Amino acid sequence: MPITLKVNGTPRTLDVPPDMPLLWALRDELDLKGTKFGCGIARCGACTVHVNGVATRSCNTPVSRVATADITTIEGLSPDGLHAVQQAWEELDVPQCGYCQAGQMMGAAALLAKTPKPTDAEIDTALNTNLCRCATYIRIRNAVHRAAEIKSGAKPAVGGSTPSKNGSPDNR
Amino acid sequence: MTTQSDMTGVSRRGFLRATALAGGGILLASYAEPLEALERLGLHTGLPPMADPMLSAFVRITPDGIVTITSKNPEIGQGIKTMLPMLIAEELDVDWANVRVEQADFDPTKYQAQIAGGSTATPTNWLPQRRVGAAARAMLVSAAAAQWNVPAAELETEKGVVHHRASKRSATYGSLASAAVSVTPPDLATVPLKDPKKFTIIGTRTKTVGLRDILMGKPMFGIDVTVPNMHYATFVKSPVFAAKVASANLDAIKAMPGVTHAFVVEGTTNLQGLMPGVAIIGKNWWMVQQARKKLVVEWAAHPTSQQSSAGFAAKAAEFFAGTPQRTIRNDGDFDAAITGAAKVLKAEYSYPFISHAPLEPQGCTAHVTADKCELWTTSQTPQGGRALVATTLGIKEEQITMHMVRAGGGFGRRLYNDPLVEAAWIAREAKVPVKLLWTREDDLQHDMFRPGGFHSFTGGLDASGKLIAFRNHFATFGEGERFAPSADIGPTEYPARFVPNLKMDVSVMPLGVPTGALRAPRSNALSFAFQGFIDECAVAAGKDPLQFRIDTLKAEITPTAPLTPQQQAGQMDAQRVIGILEKAREVSGWGKTKLPKGTGMGCAFYFSHRGYFAEVVQVTVSKAGDVKVDKVWAIGDVGSDIINPNHAEQQVQGAAMDGMSQAYGQEITFTAGKVDQTNFNNYPMLRIRQAPPIEVHFVKTAFSPTGIGEPALPPVVPAMINAIYAATGKRVRQIPLSKVDLKWS
Repeated sequence: MPITLKVNGTPRTLDVPPDMPLLWALRDELDLKGTKFGCGIARCGACTVHVNGVATRSCNTPVSRVATADITTIEGLSPDGLHAVQQAWEELDVPQCGYCQAGQMMGAAALLAKTPKPTDAEIDTALNTNLCRCATYIRIRNAVHRAAEIKSGAKPAVGGSTPSKNGSPDNR
Repeated sequence: MTTQSDMTGVSRRGFLRATALAGGGILLASYAEPLEALERLGLHTGLPPMADPMLSAFVRITPDGIVTITSKNPEIGQGIKTMLPMLIAEELDVDWANVRVEQADFDPTKYQAQIAGGSTATPTNWLPQRRVGAAARAMLVSAAAAQWNVPAAELETEKGVVHHRASKRSATYGSLASAAVSVTPPDLATVPLKDPKKFTIIGTRTKTVGLRDILMGKPMFGIDVTVPNMHYATFVKSPVFAAKVASANLDAIKAMPGVTHAFVVEGTTNLQGLMPGVAIIGKNWWMVQQARKKLVVEWAAHPTSQQSSAGFAAKAAEFFAGTPQRTIRNDGDFDAAITGAAKVLKAEYSYPFISHAPLEPQGCTAHVTADKCELWTTSQTPQGGRALVATTLGIKEEQITMHMVRAGGGFGRRLYNDPLVEAAWIAREAKVPVKLLWTREDDLQHDMFRPGGFHSFTGGLDASGKLIAFRNHFATFGEGERFAPSADIGPTEYPARFVPNLKMDVSVMPLGVPTGALRAPRSNALSFAFQGFIDECAVAAGKDPLQFRIDTLKAEITPTAPLTPQQQAGQMDAQRVIGILEKAREVSGWGKTKLPKGTGMGCAFYFSHRGYFAEVVQVTVSKAGDVKVDKVWAIGDVGSDIINPNHAEQQVQGAAMDGMSQAYGQEITFTAGKVDQTNFNNYPMLRIRQAPPIEVHFVKTAFSPTGIGEPALPPVVPAMINAIYAATGKRVRQIPLSKVDLKWS
């Protein structure tokens, strides 16, 4: 039976079983590949999207449960890729392999929408189920703080390559 | 001091060829011999020695001044797609903002070695890639010199522009590119390189190439590949490794919604190749998984169906009670020395099998027709993959085309090409293009695991606290003199060379589990045991553990039996170790801070993959026994230059947390021949809450630069364990920590 999902502001009709997880509808039916598969049991967060603004694991969310909801994926986080978290992630060059980062950014964006100035502990709590196998956690934490600053109107720090000759520790 | 050419195996036969581009511009193809360098570093590529020089890299300059550089190696998150082009761009002397990078497909006739493994990319490409850039620059300078009728020696370059200061003339590379085509390319072996003091790109924090695309969720990973008429496949293998399919309810599976094909794959006995199983194919991967839930397979009996972790441990205990199978190093007279020692320590250490668990599960997309096989792969060793596919399918390597796609993490897992051969086989059988994607459970249960191991140590100290006798009996896996993959040990494992009476004994038991290299293979395990026991020796000697290590390193002995030249070549440099330990002492405030009970600092060092790392870890252990890492100081010596400090720092921090993750909770166990763990719910990996601040420092030495993906990992595990001892007085001799009671009061 066809089902209509509102994805990134656009109604999309697809003919899939009602129990198909949103992840596979997004990836294999709607060709939105930014949302990733990591575990299939909601333990890694690579598949995180927003459902009515709430960070949600799409790998165990059946499409039937989100038929009337506003669904946002990484592709729809901002029209131009310049959401505060994307700007901050770029400034700090957070990714290593990059596979988990869409999920990390979706989690961070949902956190900042509710908690504009999160503490380290609040960040850790919000993102503790988002696994980064490369362990970019230090930069993730710093980037969430930076995104909070950007959202509150702070100017971006000097962008591009910092002309530093040494590997400066970037821990807070 | 080692010269650069000693470290990198400089090509003596490289040369360049220039071609005009349609619409103006120049294409430079360089020929060099990096293969020889790889072999010298002990990494066997499987490629034949080069009969003719081969094309190894490209630089393309168009009239608009844009420089396009081809990156030849697999990108698995280590940042190679940024680093290799930086080397060329530096010597070419262009503005990094005008550089575009393209990923090469697999083509060893053009690029020679294309591999992500062994932290080899830096040492093997440091000079060859820079020479490509330098030669291209020389040609542009020659073209300008000819145009202006001035000696080339009077010209300078800066950010993609050639200047003749005396006549105030300048020309962009873009405007000179077409003219440069007719310049005779210089000899790559003698082309002058920049004075490192003038580097503007090497040593600069440079952002990830393609960063924006990652942040916008653009399709770029193996899992994102889409080809026309693509079908989705799952491949079900026996939980007992390599057991054959006795029967399967294929007809029922074929009748499931969305399923187009289901069949048995006979497979081979190669644990790193095509194993037997059942393939299910359909139009949507999730629907294929729904069908898989209904699959009923009867697996044939298999000789390894009784192997278990408990069995391995029992066998190790049996070894330790008896005479070792063989001795791989025997200096002085261990037995006499231990009898005369003022103090004797004995301890047994063990560590488990672990899984790589890259976040992107294994997979591959394949399209196989009667005469062609096209693969989209995240392999770290595409040439090995091509050979495996050719052999298994009975086709020629020339029939196989491979596209190298960004991988969602590697950590050594993708050195093995089992997913490639599965995808190719299934696609040929099904006669449709197939994207094979493993489940997390497949990935965790069908890994080339880091093997577990068991160590029985004996140490002897003299009255002054000097380590005079040392013995390690390593109970590991293999057959006869052959070790199972990555279950090996060598005769130069520290403290060998630095203890006058030392024995390295080995006993091996058979293994029916696929094993392989995991980030800093063997070192990631041996470091825990050896640097843990050395710490025990230091404590027993009443010495500061960091100083104790330095003291041992200052007393090198002459081996009783001479080492082979190969063993000698790979030996660590004690002075470099002392250098990083001293730096670690300085930056961490080692020995200067009075810490409350429950908090402590530990240190360790390790030399692997030609890189030197010392790490200090501070932990706080709660009375309930929970371990929190407060901070890590990581000090590395990987030579004269840190090519991209931005990524180097990330590799070190990531490697340190990778090691912490192993210490905390990673463990694969076996019962009745099967892996017990299934997914991240019972195979815990490090989370953000456990991520400590990690200070990274590099000690620059005159040595040619070496790789950084691996060597920062090994020392963190023992440093953490040694810190727990300092905090609680409890000595951890078995990891993961989740199995150890660390309660204190």
